[in-house]
Amino acid sequence: MKLTSFVQDRQLTVLLRGEIDHHSAREIMHTLADKIDQYLPLRCILDFEEVRFMDSSGIAVVLSALRRMNTLQGKLILQNIPPQPYKVLCTAGVEKIATIKEECTQ
Amino acid sequence: MKGENYMHLEFPSRSSNEAFARSAVAAFAAQLDPTLDELGDIKTAVSEAVTNCIVHAYPNELGPIIIKAKIIGDNVLDITVKDRGCGIADIEQARKPMFTTGGEERSGMGITIMESFMTEFRIQSTLHKGTSVHMKRRILPRGGGK
Repeated sequence: MKLTSFVQDRQLTVLLRGEIDHHSAREIMHTLADKIDQYLPLRCILDFEEVRFMDSSGIAVVLSALRRMNTLQGKLILQNIPPQPYKVLCTAGVEKIATIKEECTQ
Repeated sequence: MKGENYMHLEFPSRSSNEAFARSAVAAFAAQLDPTLDELGDIKTAVSEAVTNCIVHAYPNELGPIIIKAKIIGDNVLDITVKDRGCGIADIEQARKPMFTTGGEERSGMGITIMESFMTEFRIQSTLHKGTSVHMKRRILPRGGGK
């Protein structure tokens, strides 16, 4: 999966895309880690608008980004999450530990 | 006739087959006229079951994953996902949310998701013989007009 990302004022925005499962998660996790290490952002925004499917592998992706942002004392924000990934994230209580900006309604 | 339809699927435990497996079950389930949310739940549960086979049942090798799905009774989809892998030593531990032996790449939420997204969930495992996950999901009949 190719991730699109942009940085402005130490805010890193990453647009996730396609299906996030065990098969694709490792690459996403590593790309995300590299970007955070490269830009040392204060805020990292993961945008889920183009995510068509996500299973629990996506929870591990979010938690790994969250750990990295915590060590930088930065903030992780999840936005535009479609209903299916949203339900998966909430099963793990991710909404309690990361900021969820807006939920997309189908 | 209702209640008699089924499908069998067997494929090697390559992670590239995860998307194929959940899409195949979803395509089979489509005849029950599920909503997008119901279909999402089924795909997620199947993806978790198949991932567990790939990551845990066959950690260092490729092995067969067998999926059987059938439609039973009153709009119920009945799915079995089976492997002939190493088996689970402690099922109670494996069922605990956030428990995983899969390292940082796994969240430990697979079984919890299968349990909460499906109407029924059972797991049986024998060490060195394999694991079988059995799940049911009732698809709510939608009101007329369609």
